[in-house]
Amino acid sequence: MAINPDFLGKTFPPGPAYEISRVKLAEFADAIGDPNPVYRDRSAAVEAGFPDVIAPPTFPFVISIASSARALADPGLNLNYAMVVHGEQRFSYVRPLHAGDVVTAQVTISDIREVGRNSTMTTTTQIRTVDGEHVCTAYSTLVERGGAQ
Amino acid sequence: MKGDEVIGGDQVSYDDVEVGTDLAAVSYPATRLSLVKYCGASGDFNVIHWNERIARAVGLPDVIAHGMFTMAQAGRFVTDWAGPKATVVDFGVRFSSPVVVPDDDVGAAITVSGQVEEKLDGNRVALALTARSAETKVLTRARAVVRLP
Repeated sequence: MAINPDFLGKTFPPGPAYEISRVKLAEFADAIGDPNPVYRDRSAAVEAGFPDVIAPPTFPFVISIASSARALADPGLNLNYAMVVHGEQRFSYVRPLHAGDVVTAQVTISDIREVGRNSTMTTTTQIRTVDGEHVCTAYSTLVERGGAQ
Repeated sequence: MKGDEVIGGDQVSYDDVEVGTDLAAVSYPATRLSLVKYCGASGDFNVIHWNERIARAVGLPDVIAHGMFTMAQAGRFVTDWAGPKATVVDFGVRFSSPVVVPDDDVGAAITVSGQVEEKLDGNRVALALTARSAETKVLTRARAVVRLP
């Protein structure tokens, strides 16, 4: 069974506001093994010209996955998550996210297609502050292996 | 060169960058512990990143790293090169092959290299990136655009 094409173009309402904390950014930087002080030391971040510790470039995915998880979990979408691998990822940034930002992520399913034996689904996620400032757009393509069979 | 030798990096300035310059390769480790930590920090608990039994049952050679963990290593390569006052404005990759992480004390190595591809307006520089693990390209079409001081 393939990914349900009826979900193409569907936009999900933004999830609850996500408050970015210094503790979370340090935890994430530790998990990716990146010792860069701008992710955990406020004075180093301020010296580099940022208002507070910033997020590593791939951190917005953590915010988008929380919202896209609701979309992926919809049984109507018919996505078998154990068969899913990540195909492509891109971020377009207006500015780095930093501690103190309170943001929401709005997920749109922007593409669904069959490629050989696999199904792919691309989501476009707009990350904005609760004040409406656009900070980042994330594009994710997931591949369901064997999903077109 | 070991991944932990560069922390944050020196500051690169736009005027000093030359198109075609090769960026020295850096190897970053990915162990089972890395993946468990990344599961927790990212919220992506897909079983193929921590359960060998299910990973093999769905046709993978072993537990594989999160694509976003691999992308994070490429992100670190970029930010360590660019320096603390640089900002990443665009970053995209295609996950061409999984990083297989064996259950031993060594894990996998992700080796990232790059080249200055283009100098753009607004003090922006495009980098072409490559990442390999076990002689296999794990990221293709990987490109980052950074804004330099």
